[in-house]
Amino acid sequence: MTRYPLEIRIKPRPGLLDPQGKAIHGALHSLGWPDVEDVRVGKVIYMDLEAESAESAVAAAEAMCRKLLANPVTEDFAVALADALEGARP
Amino acid sequence: MRAAVVTFPGSNCDYDLYKAVEHVGGAARFVWHRERGGLASYDAVLLPGGFSYGDYLRAGAIARMSPVMEDVVAFAEAGGPVLGVCNGFQILCEAGLLPGALVRNASLRFAGKDVLLRVDRTDTLFTHDYDEGQLLRIPIAHGDGNYEADTATLERLEAEGLVVFRYVDAVGETTDEANPNGSWHNIAGIINEAGNVMGMMPHPERAMEALLGSTDGVALFTSLASSFAAAGPTVREAT
Repeated sequence: MTRYPLEIRIKPRPGLLDPQGKAIHGALHSLGWPDVEDVRVGKVIYMDLEAESAESAVAAAEAMCRKLLANPVTEDFAVALADALEGARP
Repeated sequence: MRAAVVTFPGSNCDYDLYKAVEHVGGAARFVWHRERGGLASYDAVLLPGGFSYGDYLRAGAIARMSPVMEDVVAFAEAGGPVLGVCNGFQILCEAGLLPGALVRNASLRFAGKDVLLRVDRTDTLFTHDYDEGQLLRIPIAHGDGNYEADTATLERLEAEGLVVFRYVDAVGETTDEANPNGSWHNIAGIINEAGNVMGMMPHPERAMEALLGSTDGVALFTSLASSFAAAGPTVREAT
């Protein structure tokens, strides 16, 4: 078993009104960033998970999203290994 | 009527529901969220308002996983009446007993005030003591009461007449100004196709006494209580 750090991104589904994103969008405009086209606010869940493999860790987290972490009516989710995400950054 | 009021950590309208049941001559009992097998002897199950589990993750998302909720789902699937008010409505949606979801108020503000509701269905277990189109003054108190669902679900709610209450103005029109949270089509309360599960954001249990501002919630509880009288005694054995 290996410990896998996961990053689970939960975001509002396209087309759904996101009042927080709308408010931030308006604030950015009034602060002098008129080019901001769209803002949506989601959440990130950081999780450490013991699993046999990276694939099974991601699969388990996806099952958790379907059962509890995301609401399919209003939210989409994406699960990634946190190391992979950090490695991708400069 | 014997009614179970299910209490979660963070429920805060449980006593109000308890008193509302007593107010119409019913008997209520609290059922703790960890209890199993205790609902079968009741005529109705009531899920109260509040902030179960601090609204962490999403309102109602963690309460929905409580042990008692398996019994609530079974009770509902067997045709038993289930009413969810405010956080109770959110829990029913999270549990899949009602369609859609309740998201952050469009204003981003907590809304705590009296609103006007129009009764659009008077042929339900919960509303038959109201008149069609009757306007009710009922308090709301929520930050996540903005009813959302996918387009197909919303169209089905309207086509099948599953919207029971809407937010309206003084002449009964569903205006944007009368909508306190941005809900689609001013939806304040819905019922399932079978007619035994209803959820609503406003608090009828807080509109039971003139001294406290309104008695417009009373008919909801008399409707529910008299449904049993009309259907004959509903004594079920406790499991």
